[in-house]
Amino acid sequence: MTDRPATAPESGPETVRIERPVVEFLRMYVRNWAAVAGFIVFAAIVFAALFAPVILAVDPFEMVRMHFTPPGHDSYVLGTDNLGRDMLTAIVYGARATLVVGGSAAGLTIVIGLTIGSLAGYYRGWVDEVLMRITEFFQVLPPLLLAMVLVALFEPTLPTVAIAIGVVTWTGVARLARAEFMRIRELEFVKAARSIGSRDRRIIWRVILPNALPPLIVNAALTCGIAILFEAALSFLGLSDPNVMSWGKIIGDNRDYLLDAPWTVTIPGVAIFLTVLAVSLIGDGLNDAFNPRLRER
Amino acid sequence: MLLLAVVVFNFILLSLVPGDIADTLAGESGGASQEVMDDIRRTYGLDRPFHIQLATYVGKVVQGDLGTSYYFNMPVTELILGRVAPTLLLVVTALVLAILIGTLFGVIASRRPNGLFSHFVTVLALVGFAAPVFWTAFLLIVLFVAMLEIMPLSGLVDPTTPRGTFSWYLDVLHHLFLPVLSLSSIYLASYSRLARASMMDVLGSDYIRTARAKGLGETSVTYKHALRNAVIPVITIAGLQFSHIFSGAVVVETVFTWPGLGTLAFESILRGDTPTIMGILFFSAMIVIVVNLLTDLTYRLVDPRIRSARNA
Amino acid sequence: MEAAAPLLEVEGLEVEFRTRQGVARVLDGIELSLEPGRTLGIVGESGCGKSITALSIMRLVPVPPGRIGAGAVRLKGEDLLQASEKRMREVRGKDISMIFQEPMTSLNPVYSIGDQIAETVRLHEGLSRRDSLDRAIEMLKAVHIPAAERRVREFPHQMSGGMRQRVMIAMALACQPSVLIADEPTTALDVTVQAQVFDLLKELQEKTGTAIILISHDMGAIAEMADRVMVMYAGRIVEEAATDEILESPRHPYTRGLIACVPHMEEEPPPERGALTEIPGVVPALTDLGSGCSFAPRCDHATDLCRSRAPQPFAVDADHRAACWLYGEAGTA
Repeated sequence: MTDRPATAPESGPETVRIERPVVEFLRMYVRNWAAVAGFIVFAAIVFAALFAPVILAVDPFEMVRMHFTPPGHDSYVLGTDNLGRDMLTAIVYGARATLVVGGSAAGLTIVIGLTIGSLAGYYRGWVDEVLMRITEFFQVLPPLLLAMVLVALFEPTLPTVAIAIGVVTWTGVARLARAEFMRIRELEFVKAARSIGSRDRRIIWRVILPNALPPLIVNAALTCGIAILFEAALSFLGLSDPNVMSWGKIIGDNRDYLLDAPWTVTIPGVAIFLTVLAVSLIGDGLNDAFNPRLRER
Repeated sequence: MLLLAVVVFNFILLSLVPGDIADTLAGESGGASQEVMDDIRRTYGLDRPFHIQLATYVGKVVQGDLGTSYYFNMPVTELILGRVAPTLLLVVTALVLAILIGTLFGVIASRRPNGLFSHFVTVLALVGFAAPVFWTAFLLIVLFVAMLEIMPLSGLVDPTTPRGTFSWYLDVLHHLFLPVLSLSSIYLASYSRLARASMMDVLGSDYIRTARAKGLGETSVTYKHALRNAVIPVITIAGLQFSHIFSGAVVVETVFTWPGLGTLAFESILRGDTPTIMGILFFSAMIVIVVNLLTDLTYRLVDPRIRSARNA
Repeated sequence: MEAAAPLLEVEGLEVEFRTRQGVARVLDGIELSLEPGRTLGIVGESGCGKSITALSIMRLVPVPPGRIGAGAVRLKGEDLLQASEKRMREVRGKDISMIFQEPMTSLNPVYSIGDQIAETVRLHEGLSRRDSLDRAIEMLKAVHIPAAERRVREFPHQMSGGMRQRVMIAMALACQPSVLIADEPTTALDVTVQAQVFDLLKELQEKTGTAIILISHDMGAIAEMADRVMVMYAGRIVEEAATDEILESPRHPYTRGLIACVPHMEEEPPPERGALTEIPGVVPALTDLGSGCSFAPRCDHATDLCRSRAPQPFAVDADHRAACWLYGEAGTA
């Protein structure tokens, strides 16, 4: 039983459904108007983050006017904050930190979770036992508290924050991946792949993973939302890079003036809210597109 | 076993901190001589080798001694026990409310899957997920404190109220309202969506058809036969998410300066009060484990299948 | 045969389901009558409308998407389709009971089987908790469940499929209903257990005089149990006669196929299978059955007449009707 060209065991019925008809997939996605709206909002935020210096060539930390200028006053569309910094600039620049940290933290979460979950679900036995104990361990520690400790221990820089978030949020992904791998490894086409002598690595990556992807991709959207919320909470608490403007930080800086200048707190909150909402709407849309028959739910 | 792992993990993690108590104290007193620093290190046992320190710490934890807070200069165990009640009050109230109201919403929504209320639950779940908890809290403050002026801004209780009286308890409830509302809103939203999906699932099952064929009315079918089955996933998720609710409490406590473990944890992190941080991490892990055990027990009460065979 | 007054009569029953692809007529002109103590078999492939017939009698068709369009279901002369929902709840479980195909999932997993049987008794006979539990034990004994006093406290997951189906039967018969509808009661069970369940049903029928409607896709089961047989296809009755008569001289080509159990019959599943599951791209049949005989596409004897007009039930014998153009001509009937 040497490595002869395998007769495509990975073309299980479910793979065919998701990989070939990209058009059908997009059609299902577009049918969910909320998901389309989410995508447009998200694209706009990404655009603002990418071209922040082009749109507003101002340092977000620069004090441009009297503090607490209400929104709409003079040319300050969103007003100024406690130090007289322009809120609009802060919001546009804040999108960068939020997206970079949120995105990379979510990526890390998925990498850790997928690795642990797939190994546990595929090999089972003692591997599963050990990995699940580790997962359980991370489940009993309050994630935000642990992330706070991690950030405080090491330097409060953006990479630290992203890593801290990744380290505390991967357990959900791991459990999902494990369940999917356990389910799929028992299906006929996996047995077929094994019977023609495919190696474990090939079965994990080429046979099982493509079939486990739909729920994992939907979950990835949720993971992004969670990572963004964690970043916001950490920077709100002042446990993030003090030299980088972010939405949570604006709220944290201005929280004492909530009752005098409510816009300084509510507007960045709206930004976080819209971003996470957009991301989870995209997740819903992907879910519909992957499972057209479940749409009634 | 799990707790031991937490203890060891905490210890290793926090020994990675550059600088120690001697540096902190020395910094506060404006610089100190090497002898004074060594003296401080000896007092706290920091001059001994790493594994000895670890063993000593573990040994003490087993006896309920979590060390001495650098900042308050009092036993961490005592410090935590003094702060745990407000946190539990906040977290448990929020959790129970979220489960009860969330399930109720889900049941009502499932009765008419395409009705207005059902759509409301879907939107509520999205909003609840996307809104950062501190932002929700601030919005509630703007509404209830600034505009309506019917709720207190912060704290556990008005300090002028005599402790232990009926009006004291009432005042605590008054102060509890906004923190609980902020914290439970997220979970209420997600549980109502979960309960709705779960109810719809159960209502389509064979045994519900059997119940109808027996001649039971819709009320009996929904609340006796369906609900008990539908609530199982909600309990599961609530148990799994408990450590998240605890995390949310940290944020909510700092917003409302609620004198609980969350505020203490946050302040201790800023102060570099290592023994207190370790103590709180350990203690919260313990609470999460206890809650998971309680979830398991509830589970057994609700679902007889688990009583005989428990599978992970 | 017309002597005894019918206990249950169904006349011109029509049921429609609204689907994405349009309105599907899942039952069309169903007629049946059942006398006390007798057994009527309804046979046909999955999706031909047997279960919907049963659910319509109980008025348990989910209302939307379903709709009972026309007809009457008379129990001892009372039209159940006109009865109030409250009256229907009295009828269900007391006058007409039903047991289902899936014993594994038809019992509520979180209540003990004793509770579930006692619940019916309490509901319909107003017995106390203790008395109703005693009745539950009595019923468990009647369906030959050993150690009934202990088992009454057990939960469904602690029992085998055959045992659970016995529990279902005990539950259905607890209030001595005059009609028992058994919808594929043995399909999910082992062959040996199947025979036991049928024996049990026969024994209990002799004891209590309950009339049974037995729904099955298995001609063998029907042959053993039923006095009369009704063959259904695509929501219509295609043939009806006494059991012996049908077995000896089946007339409708579909009935012959069922009896012969020819494998090629299964090569092309009945078109209505897709109608309720909404698979895009597959033509659902019950929404556009056309005007011809619905069996024509699968029939060896199909003529142009079959493809253009649906046949009426023609009397081929005194007590034997078949809806097939082989036995009648256009314009007769």
